Amino acid sequence: MPLAAKKKRNYLPLVLLVLALFPIFGSTYYNELIAKIMIMTIFAMSLDLLVGFTGLVSFGHAAFFGVAAYSVVLLSPKYDPGNLWLVLPGAILTGAAVAFVVGLFVLRTKGIYFIMVTLAFAQMIYFVFHDTPLGGGSDGAFLNVKPELRIGEKVLLDLNEPMQFYYVVLAFLVVAYVFLRVLLRSPLGHALAGIKSNEHRMLSLGFPVFLYKLAGFVTAGGLAGLAGFLSACQFGFVTPEILSWHQSGNVLLMVILGGMGTLNGAAIGAFAFVVLQEVFGALTKHWQLLMGAVIVTVVMVLPGGLSSLPRRLKGLLIGGGARNG
Amino acid sequence: MDFSTFLIQLLNALQYGLLLFLVASGLTLIFGIMGIINLAHGSFYMMGAYMAFSLTALSGNLLVAVIVGIALSALIGFLLEWGLFSRLYKRDHLDQVLLTYGLILIFEELRSLIVGDDVHGVPIPELLSASIQLSETLSYPVYRLFMSGVCILLAALMYWLIRYTRLGMMIRAGSSNREMVQALGINIDLIYRIVFGLGVTLAAFAGILAAPVSSVYPGMGNQVLIICFVVVVIGGVGSVWGALVAALLIGLTDTFGKVIAPDYAGLAVYVLMAAVLLWRPEGIFRRI
Repeated sequence: MPLAAKKKRNYLPLVLLVLALFPIFGSTYYNELIAKIMIMTIFAMSLDLLVGFTGLVSFGHAAFFGVAAYSVVLLSPKYDPGNLWLVLPGAILTGAAVAFVVGLFVLRTKGIYFIMVTLAFAQMIYFVFHDTPLGGGSDGAFLNVKPELRIGEKVLLDLNEPMQFYYVVLAFLVVAYVFLRVLLRSPLGHALAGIKSNEHRMLSLGFPVFLYKLAGFVTAGGLAGLAGFLSACQFGFVTPEILSWHQSGNVLLMVILGGMGTLNGAAIGAFAFVVLQEVFGALTKHWQLLMGAVIVTVVMVLPGGLSSLPRRLKGLLIGGGARNG
Repeated sequence: MDFSTFLIQLLNALQYGLLLFLVASGLTLIFGIMGIINLAHGSFYMMGAYMAFSLTALSGNLLVAVIVGIALSALIGFLLEWGLFSRLYKRDHLDQVLLTYGLILIFEELRSLIVGDDVHGVPIPELLSASIQLSETLSYPVYRLFMSGVCILLAALMYWLIRYTRLGMMIRAGSSNREMVQALGINIDLIYRIVFGLGVTLAAFAGILAAPVSSVYPGMGNQVLIICFVVVVIGGVGSVWGALVAALLIGLTDTFGKVIAPDYAGLAVYVLMAAVLLWRPEGIFRRI
């Protein structure tokens, strides 16, 4: 569709401006909701690096998110604020390190196998936290005081302050977005795209495919770790549920719902998911029933996700042509 | 561990393994033949267990629950294939993952709406409630032996069905070349529908069978599903034999793991999976 391609506008600065100004007008409730959506966007983008850009359908992505969130609690002192210099890199590295070990196993498999194996490994990690006293067992653990950034005696950033937290999340969202944009244009990004479209050809061209995939997997794990760090800071507690396969399913859903292979899609998916969750949750305690119905409907009638909706509508109005997008 | 304790654990391992096989064989059959990855398979198991609970509570007889449960789950499988899955064959695995994930949520909430969130027990039928004396102090319940016997019988029946009947021949042909089978004038859509119904029924039946020994509780389907994934990963996707061997291996690992190191038994199965993946990334057996 050359017509649509020419008309494509860049809405990013506008979105950024709205997000930056939002707390001035928004209430506490909506600020927290938007912060949650931004955190989930980072999480969904990290998975999209695997699903949308590398063709690796991981169903265990919550594992990296979850271990990082746990590491925040474990690295913070009990009644004092944790040191951001330590806790943040700690969480990202934990996510990346666990992804490295899991990646060594799961990346030996392909396709349908990969889906099942990633799910099984994530479940194994879930049991580690659920069954052992390491992170408070099935009850989880509290992050009594959120981390702060200090230099000497001066506190530069205090995540206990909701406003400061909001802008920290926004800043990290921008960092993650720019990072992924740069990464996707780098040789690694091109290699991952090559692996997605034809792994065998990449292999026969002499690319160390396994290493590239592992690099992608570890990067995605580290980014999921960043999201996990922010999530632990937002809610102030961790339970094994954040590592559960429902969490993995939900983030995969965000990616597909929004339209995979586009970073904006991850944001749309995260937004749609969190908002639907809020709306349905307000309606009934059986909100998952409605969510399930939405999922089934989207799969059946809207392959390509929500971000393909405008294109489809346009196609319908102009007269077909874009129906298979 | 003396000999009779060992024997009891061995029988338990066998019984658990065979039950897992029953669920996993449906999963691997549906994938191997139709190419559908079905995350909702555990939900069918849960559905069976809850049917066993509700139907025995209504009729007072497990046999009624078995017959009505089988009929109902076959019908549900048939309808799901007709209404949803048959439209997804040409689509990506991702769409199937998403659809079946949505189905899990729907099943779980429907269960909550219809029967609530309580944990229930199902009484063992009187005819099978006795125990066999193994030694002076140890006895083994007849119902568990009965379960193992039924599973073995069903496995044999399935082997016969796929290997030696006309329907089995069409199923095997359909799994390797759908278009060719269709061109020969065979109603391949109907065959797929039957296979899917069969897979659903196997899972639900396993749930009915297991209900009297393991209580009926919310979330039971997901737990079984993930263990079944491990079975399929170890055995090899699409391999019914692989599923049998892997299910028995897991039964042994889990049961004896609980005896030897109770705190880490939950992890033992996954360690086994990791070891097999290192050795053979595609599972022990590869294809049907």
